[in-house]
Amino acid sequence: MEEQLESTLESVDHAEEQVLREAREMGFDEDAQHEIGISLRECMVNAVVHGNRYNARKKVHFGVARIPAGLEILVGDEGDGFQISEVPDPLAQENLLRQSGRGVMMIRAFMDEFDIRSRQPSGTEIRMVKYLANA
Amino acid sequence: MSVKITTRQVGDVTVVDAAGRITLGDGASTFRDTVKDLLAGGQKKLLLNLAEVSYIDSSGIGELVSGFTTVTNQGGQVKLLNLTKRVQDLLQITKLYTVFEVFEDEATAVRSYK
Repeated sequence: MEEQLESTLESVDHAEEQVLREAREMGFDEDAQHEIGISLRECMVNAVVHGNRYNARKKVHFGVARIPAGLEILVGDEGDGFQISEVPDPLAQENLLRQSGRGVMMIRAFMDEFDIRSRQPSGTEIRMVKYLANA
Repeated sequence: MSVKITTRQVGDVTVVDAAGRITLGDGASTFRDTVKDLLAGGQKKLLLNLAEVSYIDSSGIGELVSGFTTVTNQGGQVKLLNLTKRVQDLLQITKLYTVFEVFEDEATAVRSYK
């Protein structure tokens, strides 16, 4: 399933509902559902807030699919692009008290695959996968 | 469900009981406003009871850290009480367990303030 969503926080809630419903139906346990849900929110918030900057003319491209290994989620924005190397290491002592910059690290901790790539003509797409233990 | 916050006084410590989700939008800003109001009222010994907090995203974590920094810079203390396993895991992942003092018992937590 693929959707083009408005750049709003309501879209974050909508995408979370879709993904959690899919995860439940696939048989992910509650802890895994929580990890999928939080990772999805982090991606969507990045796309809406940092990528599209709430711009009503820009869409968030959201997709969720069952694949042999488990659940695959795609979230793309139409922003100016994002260099992951520019995000300060949130675990470095000098950055521990920063207010932001922990989203990607949390996704990496919770999901089994995480890829980030540029979208054409502009923006960023994140692909992440959570393995289903008995898939 | 967004976050619901109530406060109560135990001696000179203000216990902030939070329930629900601390996420970008309502939850995180409600939390920020509560800490701001308490500081404005001169309450600088804050114990955040997160027993009923089911979910914190990175924005919520950011508000916890921001509250900690603001209160500490004004000579106060912020400590955490009753973390659920999921919030505990988040503090491990983000290494913030090295920043916050965490308690499982309210009386012990209240006694720990200087």
